[in-house]
Formats: sequence, structure tokens, C-alpha cells
Amino acid sequence: MSVMTPYRPAVAAGRDGLAQLLRAEWTKFRSVRGWVIGMIVAVVVAAGIGLLGAGGTTSSCQQVGSSGPARHGAGCMPAFPLGPGGEPVTDSFYFVRQPLTGDGTITVRVTSLTGLVPSGNLNSPSPSMQPGLEEWAKAGIIIKENLNQGSPYAAMMVAAGHGVRMQWNYTAGTPGLPGAVGPANPRWLRLTRAGDVITGYDSADGTHWAEVGAVTLPGLPSTVQAGLFAASPEYNSESQHFGGGVNGSGGPTQATAVIDHVSGLGGPWTGEYIGVADAPGIGRYHQAGGRFTVTGSGDIAPIPAGHGGPADAATTVTDYLLGTFAGLIALAVVAALFMTAEYRRNLIRVTLAASPRRGRALAAKAIVIGAVSFAAGLAGAAIAVLAGTAITHARGYYEFPVPGSTVVRVIIGTGLLAAVSAVLALAVGTMARRGAAAVTIVVAAIVLPYFLAVAAVVPLGAADWLLRITPAAGFALQQPYPQYPQVTAIYSASSGYFPLAPWAGFAVTAGWAAAALAGAACLLRRRDA
Amino acid sequence: MMQAVAGVERTRPVLAARGGRTGLPDALHAEWTKLRTLAATWWLLAAAAALTVAVSAAVSLAVQCRLSGCAPAQTGADPARISLAGVDLGQAVVALLAGNAVGGEYGTGMIRVTLAATPRRLTMLAAKAVVVTGWALAAGIVAVLGSVLAGRLILPGRGLSAANGYVLVSLGNGPGLRAALGSVLYLALIALLALGVTAAVRDSAAGVGLVLGLLYLFPIVSSVIPDHVLARHLEQIAPMTAGLDIQATTGLRSLPLTPWQGLGVLAAWAAAALVLGGLLLRLRDA
Repeated sequence: MSVMTPYRPAVAAGRDGLAQLLRAEWTKFRSVRGWVIGMIVAVVVAAGIGLLGAGGTTSSCQQVGSSGPARHGAGCMPAFPLGPGGEPVTDSFYFVRQPLTGDGTITVRVTSLTGLVPSGNLNSPSPSMQPGLEEWAKAGIIIKENLNQGSPYAAMMVAAGHGVRMQWNYTAGTPGLPGAVGPANPRWLRLTRAGDVITGYDSADGTHWAEVGAVTLPGLPSTVQAGLFAASPEYNSESQHFGGGVNGSGGPTQATAVIDHVSGLGGPWTGEYIGVADAPGIGRYHQAGGRFTVTGSGDIAPIPAGHGGPADAATTVTDYLLGTFAGLIALAVVAALFMTAEYRRNLIRVTLAASPRRGRALAAKAIVIGAVSFAAGLAGAAIAVLAGTAITHARGYYEFPVPGSTVVRVIIGTGLLAAVSAVLALAVGTMARRGAAAVTIVVAAIVLPYFLAVAAVVPLGAADWLLRITPAAGFALQQPYPQYPQVTAIYSASSGYFPLAPWAGFAVTAGWAAAALAGAACLLRRRDA
Repeated sequence: MMQAVAGVERTRPVLAARGGRTGLPDALHAEWTKLRTLAATWWLLAAAAALTVAVSAAVSLAVQCRLSGCAPAQTGADPARISLAGVDLGQAVVALLAGNAVGGEYGTGMIRVTLAATPRRLTMLAAKAVVVTGWALAAGIVAVLGSVLAGRLILPGRGLSAANGYVLVSLGNGPGLRAALGSVLYLALIALLALGVTAAVRDSAAGVGLVLGLLYLFPIVSSVIPDHVLARHLEQIAPMTAGLDIQATTGLRSLPLTPWQGLGVLAAWAAAALVLGGLLLRLRDA
């Protein structure tokens, strides 16, 4: 019995290093005209479809002018107040206030929070009201830099469905005592100012206090406005039309708080609206002895981006990135063919003869197609976002502001999404050995869940699950705007919101790609070529 | 390669002269045999039906009533569209089946044998179209019947019951029959669209990718762009959105097209793709 020596080509030594393999695969890629064209198509459709959306808008302008906030300038700029971080905010509430100079402490007891919500047909011009509380109706004490909308503040409040909370500067908040407020279950609130630092405390009995949070409002002037407030956001009824997107309808609500044991402020009180009331007639206060009854509407909160909400007319980064999925289809075709064409032309035998270590040949292919796809995704997203922003500004439309660091993450993230999608397609192509089957599988895995979620074919809850567990989760890297727990809105994929955090979503897609690649390496080793 | 092409050129007149072997019935028989004897065809047929029914059932299970109630005015739900939602995925498999029928021949070089046997290229394409349509209709009938049955079993339990004012899909009432029959025809037209596109690009992967991009592109774009007028126009010309209007049984007035007009739009796309594919097939070498 003779010992079988595995055949090694004489040239193998020094010729199947990863560097040589990468060079070989890169040469294969760039010398096939169809693949290079496919990559260019991917970039063009990814960027072009988004720009079509940005440039094709014609009707939103009028909507802003008639129903949105006042416009300024020649274009259609809705004048949202901007918060300290530059984000659009709602800053509209009833304020019973007096100036507070220097350091000080305000303490109150809230004994009830009641309200009115719309009843009956929400779409009628003047819906009737019935007792009830909007989930985020709120009242309490607030220290605010000045009376301008969007100025820095810190507040202690009871929220209808969320217990005691300390909230500051619109986007931030932290919970205190849980449970609803009522005569049998009063809530004591306290705000202390010491320099730029404002500390919030709560208590159930007025003797045992717990710190809820301490925040720094840099550059707070010596004299600030302090006092009692009440606000209640618009009621939103979400309805989803199967296959036709999400509709919201709503109406104004109001909240009334009974507040007593007010201490720390001794001057005369002034009651006024900050901003404009949601409906005329909501907003008043009544003082009898030490007992205040404050009624207000509105909200002190960030405005979520997205169509269908208060910022409906604002162009979003999500609009520009709409073409990504179409680019991914083109990438999937090229990446799958990058492997399946070798089987079809029998080039695979040459490839494996040159690189007998099959896993290494697959790795070289994955690196080349991943790198090229990364560049294509990066280019497509960069063109879409930068040109889209320029078009929006040139046409005088309002773009929902987004931090520069987020834009960088979105653009690089699109490149990464393209890279892992291409690797997934390559791996599926290796396993299926048929280009068309691989393309269909990858499209069904990445694009179809995204389609089902964005086009609202499935309800929101099911759409969220699709975007958590399928390879489409990686689209989360493209989420440009944060989701605010303290604002009720329709946070759907069509508005650019995803159920997973950006990098968690990417990890899901990368996990799928890694699993497919492992399966492909295993099959490539076990099967004859 | 050059030799092979030259060989085809040489044999064409010889075969044509024999006569009686290049008519449509013979071409149909040849295409039927080729497709029938591929294991992949049967797998894809089963996958198209099974995936359609599975997605339809999953979407039906995911239906939730609003807090405000289950009445049709509050949910805006169309039981037929929900019951038949699996067509969204099933069409991808049907497109793959049709794309493979012509693209696969280019991949293996079989196309030269086929064209040698059937030198009239349009006859060959017509035969493929007939056979692929037959397969798609078979897959569609199984898929749609399964989906309708799943919807009828699941939806009443999710609140979309007759007691709440919904009309479940039934082959016995007009709109229900239109939705079910129309969905079968929709799948057949998708197959013809994929066949024409793949004949034009001569590669099944690129053809299927192109068709799927074309199908999913319009609904995603039209659901996101803020311009409602433009969105409505897109929904009128989009092969998938317009074609699936055939599934609507409620809210017909708010549809951008009537159900049959919508299916007509998809038929126009399929016809255009077939004409393009046929034209390129005649003009180019294989």
C-alpha cells in the first residue's frame, strides 16, 4: 500500500499567498466589463433614485405655508424653534412664572393631573372633547433661561402615563417615582439652582426626598424664569393602511394640574403661553390661597423627523437614501456572478488549481467584492446625501437638521451595508452555484423584508420583527434621526426609524453574512468543483 | 467559440429544409421536455406555492386591530390583500423560474442547440412563453388557493370577521373571485415579464435582478416620496403596484386605477419586455 501524497502544483510555493490571490481576483473583477458596469449601475441607481425624490417634490411647499408654522425667507422654510443642540423642538406650554435671580430652590406638591382628549370623529373640524389624559400630558415646575421658544430649561414634572420625570433641554430625561398622581397619591417636586447646575428631587410625602437628576445648563444667566407649567401634546391616532403607508390623525388635548405647597418663590405671578396654544381657549391658571390650578396644552419636546408628523414637509436624509435597496440588488447580481460565473465557465478549476487552499480562494474573493462594494456604497450614499442636500437648499426647501457626525455614520454605514450584502451574495452564490438562484435568495432576504416594512404591507409590529432578525436589519445604519421615547409618533421604517440601534442592526446583517460565508467555505471544501 | 457559431450558421438551412420539425407544436414539445426534466423546475414550483402560502399566513397572523376598534373604517384593512400578501414573495420565485428557462440556456450553451433545432427564434421564444406561463399558472393556482384558505381560517380569529363587517375572500363572490383569479394571472404575467427581460440581457442572474428591482422599486419609492401627486402617478405605471390592484376588494374608489386596468398595466410591461427580448433575440448572435 502506497502512501498518497496530496498533489501540489510545483508553482504553488509563494504563488498562493493572500496577496497574489487578491491580485488575481481583482484582475478577474476589473476585466469583466459587465461586472464593472453593474457596479456603476449600483452607484447610479442608489444615488439617482434618492435625488429623484429630492428634486421631484412639487407640492409640499403649499402645505407648509397653509398649515405649518410661519415661513420665513423666499422658500418654504418652516420656522421650527431650535433647541440648544440645534434640533427642531416643540416649545409650547402654559407657564405661571416669575423671575428667579441667583441661586434658589422651588418646591411644590402636585395633587392631581386631569385632562381632556378629543372624542368622536377626529377628522371633523371641531372635535368634541371628553375627559382623559394624553400619555405624555405633563405638569410641574420648570426653570427656563428666558421666554424664547427653544431656550435651555430643566423641569421636574408628573407625566400622565410615566410617573415623575426630570427632563431638560428637550431631548433628555430621566425617570423618578413611578405611578400616577392623585389626591391620595400626591407628588412633591423640587428644583434647586446652584450656578449652572440644576438638581431635581422628588418625594411622596414632602419629608423624604430623593435626587432624580442633576444637569448643567452652561451659561445660564443670573436671572432666569421659574414657575409652574402644564402641557399636553396633540393626540395622535395612528392608522395603518395595508399596502398604502401609515396615516395619522389627531387633535388638541389639554391637561389641568392642581398644585399647592408652593415655596421658594415670593413675587407676583404672571400666567402666559410660551408659543401658541394648540387650540384657542386652552391655557389659564387660577390661584386660591396657596392652591394653583394650571391648564395648558402643547409640549416641551423634540420634534421627530419623518413624513406624516409635524415635520411632514421637511426633507430628510432618509429621502436621499431611498435608492440604496435598488443599488443592493445590482450589487447582489455582480457579487453572485463573481462566483457563479466561475462554475459556469469552469474557471473554478483553474482558480482552485492555482489556490488549492479553497478557503483562502473564497476569502480573497470575499475581500475583493466586499472592498469594491464598500466603495460603491460609500460613493452612492455620499453622492445622494451631499447632492440631495444641495438640491434641497437650492430649491429653498427645508431639510431636517442632522449632525455632521451622523451624516458620516450614514454614508460609511451604507458602504458597510453594501459590503456585507455583497459578501452574503457571494457566499450564497458559492453554495447555490447558480447566479439567478443566489440573486433571488439575497433579494428575498435583504430587499423583501425592507420592502414589506417600508411599504407597510405588514403591520408595524411585524415590520419591526422583520427588521430585527432578517439581513435587512443592517438598514438601521442609515437611520439619521434619533427616536424619542418621550414623544409619541409613528416611528416606522418609511420615516427612517429602525427597531435596532445602528451598529446592532449591522451586526445582525454581518452575522448572516459570516454564517453564509462559513457555510460556503464548508461546501466549497467538501464538494468537487 | 467562433467555430461553434459558424456551425450554427451552417446547420440552419439544413434543418429548415427538413421542414415539419420547426413548427410551434414541436417547439412547445421541446420546451416542455426541457423544463419538465429539470429538477430545479419542480423545486421552484413547490417553493413558489409554499412560500406564497407561508407569507400570506404570516401576514394574516400579524394583523392587529386598532385600540379604537376592529371596524373596516378603523383598520383600513382589505382581507383579500392580506390573504394574498404572499404573492409579494411568490412572484420572486416565479420570476426566477421564468428567468432560468431562457437564461439557463445561455449559461450552459444549450441555447445554440435550441436555436439549431428551432431556427425561427420567435417561435422558440413563443414556445418558451407558453410553457413558462403554464408553469406559472400551475404554481399560481396552488399558491392562491392555499393563501385564500389560510386567510379564511386565520383572519376571523384576528378580528377581521364577517361579524365585524369584513367580506373574506371567497371564490363565490365577484370581487373575491377577481382578486384570486387576478393574482394567478398576475403571477403568469410576472413570468412573461421575467422571460422577456432575461431574453434581452441573456443572463438569468442579471435578468432576475433587473425584474426584482423593477418590481420592488416603485412601491418603495412611491410610499416614501412626500409628493402625493407624483406618488400616485408612480403607482399607476408601476408593474407591481398597478398589477396588485387586482387584489383590491375594498376602497376601490381610492385606487389609482381600477383592478383590471392595473393588471393591464402589468400586461403592457410584460408585452413590452417580450417584444424587446424577441427583437434582440432576432438581431443578435446567441
